Amino acid sequence: MNRLRSYFLAPAVFFLVLLFVTPLGIILGYSLLSRGAYGGVELPVTVENYLRLFDPLYALILIRSVAYAAIATLVCLLLGFPLALFIARSQKHKTLFLALVVIPFWTSFLVRTYAWMFLLRDTGLINFTLQRLGILSEPLPLLYNAFAVVLGLVYGYLPFMVLPIYAALEKLDRAVLEAAADLGARPFEALWRVTLPLSMPGIRAGTVLVFISCLGSYLTPDLLGGGKTIMIGTLIQNQFTSARNWPFGSALSLVLMAIVMLMVLSALRRQEDRL
Amino acid sequence: MDTVLELCQVSKRYPHHVAVDQLSLEVPRGSLFSLVGPSGCGKTTTLRLIAGFEKPSEGQIFLNGREISHLPPYQRNVTTVFQNYALFPHLSARANIEFGLRHRKVQDLETPVRKVIELLELAGKESRLPSELSGGEKQRVALARSLVLEPDVLLLDEPLSALDPRLRKQVRAELKSLQRRVGITFLLVTHDQEEALSLSDQIAVMRGGRIEQVGSPQEVYLRPGSRFVASFLGAVNWINNVGVRPEVTRISLHPPGNGHVSQPATIRTATFLGNCYHLEAELSSGEFAVAEVPRGNGVYRPGDRVHVWWHEQDEIRVPDEP
Repeated sequence: MNRLRSYFLAPAVFFLVLLFVTPLGIILGYSLLSRGAYGGVELPVTVENYLRLFDPLYALILIRSVAYAAIATLVCLLLGFPLALFIARSQKHKTLFLALVVIPFWTSFLVRTYAWMFLLRDTGLINFTLQRLGILSEPLPLLYNAFAVVLGLVYGYLPFMVLPIYAALEKLDRAVLEAAADLGARPFEALWRVTLPLSMPGIRAGTVLVFISCLGSYLTPDLLGGGKTIMIGTLIQNQFTSARNWPFGSALSLVLMAIVMLMVLSALRRQEDRL
Repeated sequence: MDTVLELCQVSKRYPHHVAVDQLSLEVPRGSLFSLVGPSGCGKTTTLRLIAGFEKPSEGQIFLNGREISHLPPYQRNVTTVFQNYALFPHLSARANIEFGLRHRKVQDLETPVRKVIELLELAGKESRLPSELSGGEKQRVALARSLVLEPDVLLLDEPLSALDPRLRKQVRAELKSLQRRVGITFLLVTHDQEEALSLSDQIAVMRGGRIEQVGSPQEVYLRPGSRFVASFLGAVNWINNVGVRPEVTRISLHPPGNGHVSQPATIRTATFLGNCYHLEAELSSGEFAVAEVPRGNGVYRPGDRVHVWWHEQDEIRVPDEP
């Protein structure tokens, strides 16, 4: 039986080794080599690419990426928790609400991001309407700034916050909430002392998912940030294209991965402590 | 009689059925009162109406003479021990017990908590999470966190059903002695008639959202007001519209003297139960009668021709049902 079970694992292992571990090894190798004149990599071996991260220019981009991802995650949490609570507590139409959360995924992320550009730009729907109504004389700068980037990230990753929290809330025993009220807790107190702590696994999962996705996002900051508010994803992409610095791009990729892995591990550890 | 809780013509209607139907009830202060009935009779809904988890469609609920029908649960001085205890899984036993006191803005948590931990013998378990407690301990934490608030009425929803069957009899006795010691009114819901009979000062037998009969265990068991109540509280032989319980049904080879009611019958099955024999006899009318006969009263085998009889004072007489 155990023998048979290990065969089931084989396709996935083969797939992962060929298409994931191998490229990752190549990236690791590249990150320790020097930049080729026309892209690509050359000898000698060096750690220069990692040291460059301490250059204020790049350190700033890294810090900015973490900050934007953190803000977007916080906003997702503040929007997502009440939404998940609303859906979990609704008597009817639960499936409909969940579908509404998921439906945006049915179209391409790129298309949806362009839709935001149409809304936010100086001649976009929002500015056009506000100016026509005479509320504004000059258009609001809504696009190509930090605001637009965070907005785009929140929009894009909100479902990743809502769904795990919803799953945690859905598992919550109704009797436990009744017990809280029975023992004198007003609705807000019950929310704070019972619902919130008991939905922590979902909150933690959602936070990790959203933060990681935001940190590595490339499309949103590129399109909505207009190249002015560059994030680490865009920086990596630049290294492999216009900057033709594959080794530095590889080093950046690995550092990003390391940050993400540390986060996941610490979240998992805290989860285990609770159990 | 001092009434602590009163329900006045209370109904709870759902779109497709009536769970509680114009129910009126008075619960004496300091008593152990049971609501019994088969599943779906509305007993749990009644409990939930009193706790405030459901709002009555009509009628009033009074606690200490004050109407509470439309107050939310957190404003009623009644607490509930839930069927599966519903302890807060993320809080220690002690934090579970303190939960209610914290909402009452009590200055001194220590004294009442220590008292109730002592009362329910939970010392040494305070820091455990519910998942680290045994079934009996969980129940005691559930009782403790409710009793520490000194409610006017403690509601218990099937308090023994989640326990190991072997624990039940012991906990049953403990529950009764606990109620006597704290003097708080217990209102208990159960479908187990033995539990109700052994625990209660008063029993209300429910059926179809209404109360069929209220009385002491002796009253409802020995003088049931209807066939339903008689049959729900224990086995009954119905012979010519008269009910006779198996433990007072006699069997003998010869007809009894001095004018006892008697019918000839044939033994169909005889089962040895240890403390007695369980005999099933077919009467000449075709009806069956079950008797529990002490071991010393002779040995009967299927096919034996016997007489089934009983004392007239043991008869259960109920009005004919439509």
